[in-house]
Amino acid sequence: MTEQMNFNLIDCPPVDEVGVQERVARLGKRSIKKQVKEEWLKLAISMMDLTTLEGKDSEGKVIQLCRKAICPDPNHPEFPSVAAVCVYPPFVKLAKKHLQGSNVKVASVATAFPSGHAPLNHKIDEVRQCVDNGADEIDMVISRGAFLASEYYRVFDEIAQIKQACGDVHLKVILETGELGSLDQVRIASDLAISAGADFIKTSTGKVQPAATLPVTLVMLESIRDHYYKTGKKIGMKPAGGIRDSKTALHYLVVLAETLGDAWMTPDLFRFGASSLLNDVLMQLVKFEDGGWYQGIDYFTAD
Amino acid sequence: MVVGTKESITLQPINWFLMSKKQNNIIPPLSYSVSKSYAPAPESSAHIHIEKEYGFFIDGNFSKSTSGKQFDSINPSSGDVIARFAHAQKADVDAAVSSAKEAYQRWSKLSGAQRGLYLFRIARIIQERSRELAIVECMDSGKTIRESRDVDLPLVAAHFFYYAGWADKLHYAFPGKKVSSLGVAAQIIPWNFPLLMAAWKIAPALAAGNTVVIKPAETTPLSIMFLAQIFQEAELPAGVVNIITGDGSTGELLVSHPDIQKLAFTGSTEVGKKIMRKLAGTSIPYTLELGGKGANIIFDDAAPDQAVEGIINAIFFNQGHVCCAGSRLLVQEGIAPTIIQKLRDRMETLIVGDPLDKNTDIGAINSKAQLDKINDHIKIGQSEGATLYQSSNPLPSRGFYCRPTLFTDVAQSHKITQDEIFGPVLTIQTFRTPDEAIEKANNTPYGLSGGVWTDKGAKIFKITSAIKAGVIWANTFNKFDPTSPFGGYKESGLGREGGVHGLSAYVKLS
Repeated sequence: MTEQMNFNLIDCPPVDEVGVQERVARLGKRSIKKQVKEEWLKLAISMMDLTTLEGKDSEGKVIQLCRKAICPDPNHPEFPSVAAVCVYPPFVKLAKKHLQGSNVKVASVATAFPSGHAPLNHKIDEVRQCVDNGADEIDMVISRGAFLASEYYRVFDEIAQIKQACGDVHLKVILETGELGSLDQVRIASDLAISAGADFIKTSTGKVQPAATLPVTLVMLESIRDHYYKTGKKIGMKPAGGIRDSKTALHYLVVLAETLGDAWMTPDLFRFGASSLLNDVLMQLVKFEDGGWYQGIDYFTAD
Repeated sequence: MVVGTKESITLQPINWFLMSKKQNNIIPPLSYSVSKSYAPAPESSAHIHIEKEYGFFIDGNFSKSTSGKQFDSINPSSGDVIARFAHAQKADVDAAVSSAKEAYQRWSKLSGAQRGLYLFRIARIIQERSRELAIVECMDSGKTIRESRDVDLPLVAAHFFYYAGWADKLHYAFPGKKVSSLGVAAQIIPWNFPLLMAAWKIAPALAAGNTVVIKPAETTPLSIMFLAQIFQEAELPAGVVNIITGDGSTGELLVSHPDIQKLAFTGSTEVGKKIMRKLAGTSIPYTLELGGKGANIIFDDAAPDQAVEGIINAIFFNQGHVCCAGSRLLVQEGIAPTIIQKLRDRMETLIVGDPLDKNTDIGAINSKAQLDKINDHIKIGQSEGATLYQSSNPLPSRGFYCRPTLFTDVAQSHKITQDEIFGPVLTIQTFRTPDEAIEKANNTPYGLSGGVWTDKGAKIFKITSAIKAGVIWANTFNKFDPTSPFGGYKESGLGREGGVHGLSAYVKLS
């Protein structure tokens, strides 16, 4: 595989929780208005991984979601498509079929999502199957049990082997930060996942509270920045879970823009994992177009 | 197949700290143009009513100057005149002091609880009008609305609330002592935090039963006139607080007035020394809060990204117009390249511009004279052989602005490491051992502030005990609270403001 892939705990710098909270509070005071707001909201749509991860998911639900992903608002066909549709493995083939001809990607959660409790060979098989069925991106979970027991090498090995099973398919590594307990641990997990071959690091499954938060996201972005300083390689970031409105999404983009800068303001390097965010962003955008009138949710499709 | 092995988590050289040294030249720097393109988000000042001319506030009323002499106050973000102010001469100073002297007879005899009522009332009105006051403060001083709204005004109100609480508890503040007030307190305040410095001085003076004659700096006399309106609104008895405006000559008249019983000054060390000479041999107690050249020490076990944020807050807060600014960065040698790289990237995201824009991080330099002084020092630094780095942020075409600036390759003997520049200019030195850091930090005529950044608690106690400065922050910087005393060692001043210590400067104990 590629250059040196190793992970040294001693290389992980400490994180000051109070300082992180102050920083995100300060960034939260940025005022995003007018054309910048409009541009960023459109960018936010193009960065979305439209997600359905329910036990009750059906084929019909996935097909609906694919339609919404390609054309989020039929009254405004000029709005961008979302980045990807994120589903459980049994729906990969179906999603792939219904997204054909569009540039919306199919992302599949795998590796015994969301707990990660399964033998490694099962996880690898699951990933291979998703890849064979046409998934463009794999969202794996780390074994938090092993991580919290400081068995970092085991977590590293798992990620590296999953990465190998992915081949050219993009790998997003879910840290499930809500279970890690401290920002220091978030930093260690981020560095570990990146050094083991993650293309993206992702905050959460959405099944554990708290899911994505701004402090956690900032710490992960700092890990990505240090990796860039060290290697010149750009790793992507995906906050997922709990981002429900435009204002919050804009705060995330501010944190991104002022931490990693211009190069990361693209769906290739930043994603929102969300299900209900899209309609709120659409309402805000349509408000712009319709001369400032607030919109009602009944005018947007619930999928 | 590649796997991490057990060996890979055993101790290795700390190459994370060396990363930027190795790779700095190969990897293109990050670019941050996007954060410079935020749409303007100005706080409206349309509803603020500013008079064309202001006189003094004496005996509870706004009065005109007797001599007719005036001066302009400039909005530093545009260079335009905001208003004309009366320049107090001897007769005006006499009138203010005699008004305070007369009011003292009644004010000092009020019960502490009654004085507290007025102070609580003032504090509440400040809170109610805080947005208006924050905007006025920005317009006259050039500071950003982000800071005046979120730092200055909340602290102004907090100081009045805090000392209001002490007014009826003086005997508990100084147990076993008989507490009495001093008389007329003369107070001279600087232009960097006009309202906050007024609050620091007026609130404890009134709580203890003194009356006040206060003179704001000649570049920032506006916001205290709004405070005077609030005193009227709170029905503070006439003459308890008197405000006169003018330059150093007015200050001199006030300091040498025979009827003052206490002097409190915040400003430059140069003027502080003059005041000390003037008051030597008199029985007038004085407190002086003067200059500083604070050292901010970053150890290699500190959280690097949060330390960088702390450096930014230490030197670029209020355009660097802060007596306790962390203007000398001392960084452990091994992490210096990393910290400097991160610092430069962070500086690119600092927005310099209109103080009233909610997104502005660094506002206008307070005056043309101060901007000239800063630019002179930047030139001196270059001629001394230090390496200059300034962010690429665009500057507005009008008004007085300075880009965030840092100097590397500086020596202890450089003028830029010795002089208080009082602007957004940081010098960076490295050290190898804690002893070297302490020696460099203390090797200055000043001793006002300091900062220590490390992940080790024991180190915090060891280093902070060894640094000769009045206030030292650990893993943070520029945090203020009315309950905490503030003041300096050596040429940074005498006495403390804030907390019970601040109260003791305004009482006689027997």
